[in-house]
Amino acid sequence: MGLNIVVLAKQVPDTRNVGKDAMKEDGTVNRAALPAIFNPEDKNALEQALRLKDRYEGSTVRVLTMGPARAAEIIRESMYRGADGGALLSGREFAGADTLATSYALSCAIKKFGKVDIIVCGRQAIDGDTAQVGPQVAEKLGLPQVTYAEEIVAVEAGQVTVKRRLEKGTELVKAPYPIVITVNGSAAECRSRNAKRVMRFKRAVVPSELNGAEPKYPEVFGRDKALCIDEWGVADIDTKIELLGLSGSPTKVKGIESVSFQAKESKRMTDSDEDIDSLMKELITKNIIG
Amino acid sequence: MANFYTDNEALKFQLTNPEMDRIIELKEDGFADKDKYDYAPQDVEDARDDYDKVMDIVGEIAGDVLAVNADGVDSEGPHVENNRVRYASGIQQDHDALTQAGVYGISLPRKYNGLNFPMVPYVMAGEMISRGDAGFGNIWGLQDCAETIYEFASEELQDKYLPMINKGATCSMDLTEPDAGSDLQSVMLKATWSEKDNCWLLNGVKRFITNGDAEIKLVLARSEEGTKDARGLSYFVCDNPKDASMKVRRIENKLGIHGSPTCELVFTNVKAHLVGDRKMGLIKYVMSLMNGARLGVGGQSVGVSEAAYREAVAYAKDRRQFNQAIIEMPAVYEMVSMIKARLDATRALLYETTRYVDYSKIYGEISRRRTLTKEERVESKQKQKLADALTPLTKMFASEYANQNAFDCIQIHGGSGFMRDYTCERLYRDARILTIYEGTSQLQVVAAIRFVTTGTYLEQIKKYQEKELDASLAGVKAKLVEMTSIYEKTVATVEAKKAAAGDMGQTYLDFVARRLVEQAGLTIMGYLLAIDATRAIKENGPDFVKSAKVFVNFASAEVAKHAAFVESLNPEEVKTYAQN
Repeated sequence: MGLNIVVLAKQVPDTRNVGKDAMKEDGTVNRAALPAIFNPEDKNALEQALRLKDRYEGSTVRVLTMGPARAAEIIRESMYRGADGGALLSGREFAGADTLATSYALSCAIKKFGKVDIIVCGRQAIDGDTAQVGPQVAEKLGLPQVTYAEEIVAVEAGQVTVKRRLEKGTELVKAPYPIVITVNGSAAECRSRNAKRVMRFKRAVVPSELNGAEPKYPEVFGRDKALCIDEWGVADIDTKIELLGLSGSPTKVKGIESVSFQAKESKRMTDSDEDIDSLMKELITKNIIG
Repeated sequence: MANFYTDNEALKFQLTNPEMDRIIELKEDGFADKDKYDYAPQDVEDARDDYDKVMDIVGEIAGDVLAVNADGVDSEGPHVENNRVRYASGIQQDHDALTQAGVYGISLPRKYNGLNFPMVPYVMAGEMISRGDAGFGNIWGLQDCAETIYEFASEELQDKYLPMINKGATCSMDLTEPDAGSDLQSVMLKATWSEKDNCWLLNGVKRFITNGDAEIKLVLARSEEGTKDARGLSYFVCDNPKDASMKVRRIENKLGIHGSPTCELVFTNVKAHLVGDRKMGLIKYVMSLMNGARLGVGGQSVGVSEAAYREAVAYAKDRRQFNQAIIEMPAVYEMVSMIKARLDATRALLYETTRYVDYSKIYGEISRRRTLTKEERVESKQKQKLADALTPLTKMFASEYANQNAFDCIQIHGGSGFMRDYTCERLYRDARILTIYEGTSQLQVVAAIRFVTTGTYLEQIKKYQEKELDASLAGVKAKLVEMTSIYEKTVATVEAKKAAAGDMGQTYLDFVARRLVEQAGLTIMGYLLAIDATRAIKENGPDFVKSAKVFVNFASAEVAKHAAFVESLNPEEVKTYAQN
């Protein structure tokens, strides 16, 4: 039984180690200061997909990501770990999308993959933290959804068994597929890159990355079809253009505040009466106690 | 989130040594595989990029998996269950992660599922892995056995065993026995030919066998009945029978490297195949394997030194006493600087040696495909000699310094370092075996002394002397020239005293050998650091100038110390030491 699996993955700025130059003066994210990484929970989702591929012979794992040409790195990173390939959804029409427009674009693109059994993605991305895209994709495709998945336990007899991580424990649920599953960060870590796959797929590109130029080793490129990653624009998928990007996004940003923490993490105090007195006063005036 | 490759510029610096391009050219032999394998490099630049990317993978696993598991592995250790080894759970995870990453068989040809990398990245992977967990470093390093199979076993055996390595089959080399440790010619385990089974049968006991329950085993055994010396020993390869014919009788309870199971094995009619020719087991094959293993221990030692340095410097910066970070104190910053200097010096030597090993191995490989040209033969021989000369120096210095570094690392931690809570105490225990296994430091001296007396080291030092050094290293250069002349003089003194000592001559030479070998090694490392520092300045690489200065200050005093000892010691006095 081969499963057709699609992983939705996003390239995000690494917000885990934010320094003082993380935000620009206008309050927007300084992308230059934050390296672009594979959204961590999407990586957990990829691992779940690859485990299904390992388990069910004949399965394929394809990765769909939306973003500029450089987001093709997400597809390459997935191929290094075992994904068969994927597609980059790219074009200025998609830019400025909120979760509604994003999920609309993704759901349209997924249809282009043909028959899909399981769609997995991370619970949420570390740049927006909304956890909305996965569920919205399910709604738009009219598919059942299981969120907070920690493990896809089994796929058999038309049903998927999923272990969900809840606040105070786990639960096992069954659902028919096709299905959308969003994976929690507590799921198994993604496997590491495989050496031979890296040496092969480091050459994989989407057409825009070449920008009209010849690939570096044209012979290899011509012979190994997997090195040409699909790139889809609005013309390639069946969509209503007004529902994409900024125009399809009802979310409006009213204002952005740049909050910087002034206080140092620790303060040294002696056990003298004065220091204890000043500490108590500080705690009371800041409403921490009292 | 640690990556032991990207957090350590010195590694990429070694990977981009100018010699590497030529090593790649030779290794890839006209890039013959480029159309046969989708992962083979297209040219030198492509190969360099592959090494960089694969080192990045290994560095990530070493930092994120091995180093994280290391403490758990140390406390859990392996167990014997139903005569089989069960690894500490962390070790199994470590092994699975590296298997999944497809990095085993890194130096094997592609036709055996290997990556066909030279030894430099292979040794580098071992260094990073050992920085993560030195005990696991053995399980990684034992893939050296595949090299022996590749170099000496029949095609049939190669086809059977070599493709297993990349899939995660581990190896063991079963050499030592209760009465045969350093003295391997006393091996007793019996190999008898069985017509019925059409193979050899092994019977006997092996002891102190690292990873003894491995899937692929190379076993040194006595095939010639009635013999008592090395000429009666042959080398065998066998599958782990995973039945009662091979039992793991016990696992040793060791001071350190707890992740690496050290086994006592009982063989009862274990089926095996001969590797290469009969009677050549110890004389040829084990000696060849041993040189590779010594290089591996060199890498393992440098990995431990790197770990010790990181622990030491972090603690010394963090720990405050007398209202200052302790690293501000001369007594402490001297220790930290010396750890770093010894680390950088041994790493420079490690990769210099590995490059010579690469040349000699690659020429060996080519010579099996075609006859070498006269020039190639000359070069091959010369590189082989340098590989043989530098390997014992690497093994000895890297392991001795790893111990000193781990020792000083604890010293910097003060009382806390003596507690089990800090990593440094594990490093200290793990380091201790390094000067012992795969030939003790004393045996490295035995291997190295002939290169002192035949002038190989001096010749090589003179070659280093010709290289231009950065102006900032003028003081270092002056000291290195002085060290060289003291070394030459000390060798001459020893030779004169030996000649005059009559019957005591050889004993006298054995007695002072270590001092001469150390003088040579210290001078060589000093030059290599200065040469690396010069290139790093040009290429905007890591700073080795400080280490070059610190190391040569230390090394020149050591060289003078050994000279003074030799100068004042009368060969007759050796007898005083002999009376115990």
